[in-house]
Amino acid sequence: MSDGQLQVHVWRGGEKGALKTYSVSARDNQTVLDVVTEIQQRIDPTLSYRFACRVGVCGSCAMTVNGRPRWTCRTHVTRVAINSELTIEPLRNLPHIKDLITDMAPFFEKWQRAGGVFEGTATRHDPPASVTHEDRQRRNADAGIECINCAVCYSACDVAGWNKDYLGPAALNRAWTLLNDCRHGDHRGLLAVVSAAGGCSSCHTQGRCTEACPVELSPTRSIAGLKRATLLNTLGLATDKVAS
Amino acid sequence: MTEARLFVLQRLTAVLLAVMVMVHIIVIVYASGGGLSAAEILGRTRGNFGWALFYQTFVIAAAIHAPIGLRNVLIEWTRLSRQFIDIAMLLFAGLLLFLGSRAVVAVFVGYMS
Repeated sequence: MSDGQLQVHVWRGGEKGALKTYSVSARDNQTVLDVVTEIQQRIDPTLSYRFACRVGVCGSCAMTVNGRPRWTCRTHVTRVAINSELTIEPLRNLPHIKDLITDMAPFFEKWQRAGGVFEGTATRHDPPASVTHEDRQRRNADAGIECINCAVCYSACDVAGWNKDYLGPAALNRAWTLLNDCRHGDHRGLLAVVSAAGGCSSCHTQGRCTEACPVELSPTRSIAGLKRATLLNTLGLATDKVAS
Repeated sequence: MTEARLFVLQRLTAVLLAVMVMVHIIVIVYASGGGLSAAEILGRTRGNFGWALFYQTFVIAAAIHAPIGLRNVLIEWTRLSRQFIDIAMLLFAGLLLFLGSRAVVAVFVGYMS
């Protein structure tokens, strides 16, 4: 592939736009973000896209590549190109601004709405909370904590497309980690939010989020945990540790 | 009715229905495979409180379970307002309950048209 050319179809325009095809040299060790950058730097400087760290930490560069949402900085062209062709579009399920850029505001607003803000109960005069990895709740939280907020799961989720109220996998995953955080001050309030309309009960357990997650988290598992907590809480069977 | 309660009700009725639908289908296959006529089946169900109770529970579970599921489908696939969907689903639940209970009474009393 290193000698050839890639045919890259890139979405240009806003909600109403079209794919435009660019020819880019195929190189070894070339990521999809490299391809987009090459188009912008060498062919068409008006191409808009978003990135920051380029090493899979910041979660800024997610796009739809050949129909699937991906983190483009860690996606090698050789893994995803079909017959030396790439189709690069903005993320699904978010308002489209221009070219490859979506408005991430609804994604982060839902993050807030899902109660994803830590509320401490201790003061600086209290000793640090004792948290061990033998604790089941801590292991639950650890399993979901490494989210990079890239919105790949939100874009992969069909329910997020169908139901505008749905909080989505990332926000619910965050809520699950917080529900399992023994230091958080408002477990009941958090559970009430994620059990309400648009919360965990809207999830169809299709697993698209888990399949797409670039850092291999399982929002599906987290949402299943929230459903279990909702069930026990509604039946009056929940203990103080609502997520246990 | 909160969303959480609807969710829980749908799950609990699903557990009931999973068992009851199996019993229902096994009985159908057994009864029809054995060559029983409608009149002979009615002869066995008429006045039988056990079957009446079984099917009335079945009807109530279905009347709760189905409208909640249909409500979710309508919320996801149509632009109808939540209020409209909720009212329509209450009516649908009532319809299922009425039709189902009517059938239970017919089987219990043994009415044949």
